[in-house]
Amino acid sequence: MARLELTGVEKRYGAVEVLRDVNLRINDGEFIVLVGPSGCGKSTLLRMIAGLEEISEGEFSIDGKRMNEVPPRDRDIAMVFQSYALYPHMDVARNMGFSMEIRGEGTPARRSKVAAAAATLGLSALTARLPKALSGGQRQRVAMGRAIVRDPRAFLFDEPLSNLDAALRVEMRLEIARLHRRLDATMVYVTHDQVEALTLADRIVVLNGGIIQQVGTPLDLYETPANRFVAQFIGSPTMNVIAVTPAEGGVRLGNGVLLALPGVSIDVTELGIRPEHLDLADPAASTMTGIADVVEHLGSDTNIYAQVEGIGPLMVRQHGHVALRPGDPVDIAIQPGKAHLFDTAGKALRQA
Amino acid sequence: MTASHRKAPGEIRARRSFYWTHVVEPYLYLTPAIVLIALVILVPLVIGISYSFQSIMLLRPKEAAWAGLDNYVALWGDRMFWIALENTFVWTFGSLFFQFFLGLGLALLLNTRFTGRRLFQALVFLPWAVPTFLSALVWAWLFNPLIGPLPHWLAALGVLSEPYNILGDPDLAIWGPIAANIWFGVPFFAITLLAALQSIPSELYEAAEIDGASAWQGFTKITLPFLAPMIAITVMLRTIWIANFADLIFIMTGGGPANSSQILSTYIFTTAFKKLDFGYASALSVALLLLLFLYAVLVLFLRRKVVRV
Amino acid sequence: MATWQRANPLMRTGKLAAIAFYLCFALFPLYWLIKIAVTPDRLIYTEGTALWPSEFTIGNFTTVIWQTDFLRFFGNSLIVSLSTAAIATLIAAGAGYAFSRFDFRGKRLVIALMLLTQMFPLLMIIAPIYRIIAAMGLLNSLSSLILVYIAFNIPFATFLMQSFFDGIPKDLEDAAMMDGCTRFQSLRKVILPLTLPGLGATLGFVFTAAWSEVLFALMLIKSNASMTFPVGLLTFVSKFSVDWGQMMAAGVLALVPSCMFFIFIQRYLVQGLTSGAVKG
Repeated sequence: MARLELTGVEKRYGAVEVLRDVNLRINDGEFIVLVGPSGCGKSTLLRMIAGLEEISEGEFSIDGKRMNEVPPRDRDIAMVFQSYALYPHMDVARNMGFSMEIRGEGTPARRSKVAAAAATLGLSALTARLPKALSGGQRQRVAMGRAIVRDPRAFLFDEPLSNLDAALRVEMRLEIARLHRRLDATMVYVTHDQVEALTLADRIVVLNGGIIQQVGTPLDLYETPANRFVAQFIGSPTMNVIAVTPAEGGVRLGNGVLLALPGVSIDVTELGIRPEHLDLADPAASTMTGIADVVEHLGSDTNIYAQVEGIGPLMVRQHGHVALRPGDPVDIAIQPGKAHLFDTAGKALRQA
Repeated sequence: MTASHRKAPGEIRARRSFYWTHVVEPYLYLTPAIVLIALVILVPLVIGISYSFQSIMLLRPKEAAWAGLDNYVALWGDRMFWIALENTFVWTFGSLFFQFFLGLGLALLLNTRFTGRRLFQALVFLPWAVPTFLSALVWAWLFNPLIGPLPHWLAALGVLSEPYNILGDPDLAIWGPIAANIWFGVPFFAITLLAALQSIPSELYEAAEIDGASAWQGFTKITLPFLAPMIAITVMLRTIWIANFADLIFIMTGGGPANSSQILSTYIFTTAFKKLDFGYASALSVALLLLLFLYAVLVLFLRRKVVRV
Repeated sequence: MATWQRANPLMRTGKLAAIAFYLCFALFPLYWLIKIAVTPDRLIYTEGTALWPSEFTIGNFTTVIWQTDFLRFFGNSLIVSLSTAAIATLIAAGAGYAFSRFDFRGKRLVIALMLLTQMFPLLMIIAPIYRIIAAMGLLNSLSSLILVYIAFNIPFATFLMQSFFDGIPKDLEDAAMMDGCTRFQSLRKVILPLTLPGLGATLGFVFTAAWSEVLFALMLIKSNASMTFPVGLLTFVSKFSVDWGQMMAAGVLALVPSCMFFIFIQRYLVQGLTSGAVKG
């Protein structure tokens, strides 16, 4: 299959810089997810890999061969679009076999390949239909089928699930994971949904403002985010971030409590703590006290939004059901070793 | 990083492909259109303007010469020009007023639901498909008391003292072509306004209804403000179009009787077509063009003042 | 809105009256044209203003078709209108595609020029065009008329085609390119099939415009042999100004082609014609 490599890639529209100095190596058979808020440049990056956008600066290569000037049709890459982009005037079978039709391959070869792809995607009964007669999920499958029939060196997905309802999205997510395992193909997947990113990716690329923030496995990003942006973008519910001041042997919280963190840098200005790493504790063992503001009972978990004295709002996630009502006092403790520290620029500080 | 500074052969190709998609390729698709428009419209336009400073009469080809502002001086002193100008106002705004309000009514009607709406729409839009020369002839015949019913109806209603042909009456002749123009132009306004109406989100009306607005309030508070920018542009373009539109008058009355229905554009055409005085015809066209230009600037200025969208 | 539609008998009657009014206003002149055309000559004056003729005849039609130059005029007009429509639509499709899909230097200027041609009186160029065409010795030739009509119709047809191209998602072209198409292949295999209704509407629109143009035809064509239908009918009117039945029959026949095209395009009018204008 294929190894994709981006070296010093930039994208500018006139004076507007969309992507800056992107360096990324995507290994053969790897599932890479590009994730970030809207407007971060992730779709542009994908379209540059596809050849639909020109590369302003830097080099993109596949298996060591420079691709910058190669038109999309010769890059041997398939793409699944957010809008599916099915040809409305062709039936499902012709949509799926269109790339082979363009290559001038014979009808029998085309038919068998389309039939095989349709069978794996559960579309066999629908091959004679036009796209407008399909449901959203079925269209999504046809778009994937079209990519499979293309038999490309790499697959690109541009927010493929964002037009589906929640239940279908989970189902199609599993479908894509299975597809990747079966084909063992290089895949690049763009999404703004971090759950998709965490569940599908071998490695995640977090983009913000046209700059790569961090590249790593889902667990890497969760456990050792490189900066505040990644820390808050990855993980749900969002990480709490509170202001702290450096102190002897640790940091001092807004309520005056000293949190012992040996070897902490004196540049620290903020402390991040995920809701699942906060516990409701005995008043004796707690570091913070406050009032429960909103309590969400999810069954498996309970989310508590608390107003904490001297610190502000904090969110706590507890396993199972917690019998707590709005207005009740809460005492909160930070699980040891789970705090993240950031400097003024938002960069993560490692404890020595 | 080194890759971006090395002069790869591909980079020259990349520049070339950039050049291709942003400079050359679009013009491949555009060239035939641009060439034709330039040759058949723009070049003659410039020549036409230059004619207005010349004396060019096809009947006296030897006298062709530069005449400076003679044509314009003649125009200023030409009583016909001022009559035609006044008639142009009557013709344009008389037609426009009825076309617009009848068109708005029709669009509102078509925007409601009733059985047979699609067929109704096809039928009421039909006048728009009738060739203009035929509309002119049909209406001229309708106004003819020998074979048309209109004079008799008008007489019965007391509008006319007796059933005679209003196209022969200097006081009324211009209203004949105006009637034909209204008939011909209502579908255009209805189509444009209907499309605009359909682009108003229905949630707005639902919200207004929940807020307790009456149908009339819904119309004045939602429909009209939404249509306003569109109306301004359509009315402006249509005014210019109608002022230029000579076919109906030329065929129905030829500008007569006694020039009572002569408007500027028919005057231009008769001057060029019958008198073959191209110099003067061109001066008249330049005058008309300037007037329309002033009008367009005025409308656009007012639109910016009134509509804040 | 639903409340007043449901009840209110006054509203209902008003609506019905409005429907009836618009129908009569739109159709009565056409009805009258057909009525006189099928009334036998001897009854035209006696029943001149009766709403319904007591006898019918198709004699006027057969006379017009076989005993006048009608067929030649009709043929000339068909040649002129069909060639104009076909060529103008093709050229406008190219230009509309460029406007819809490319961002290029000079785009605003070209659009401004095209808008300009829609604003100024076309009569303004009637004198120069007459002299140019006379100098080239092309008076009385249908091809000069076709050339002029094509140029006149290109700007509007281009905007019309552009709005149809704009309606086709750009993703489809991208998908086609990913599937291995060159830009031209994607145009031919994906874009063009999807624009067929738009092409049809533009074709019909230009045809109707060319079919009904009179002033330039009057100016550029004087010979009987190459007269288009409108010019022919006008000379017909001035020559035989008393034969009402035949004139009306000729009129009815002139109506046929444009109405046929109209029925085809009117479905697209509201969606296509104004989708560009509404945005502005």
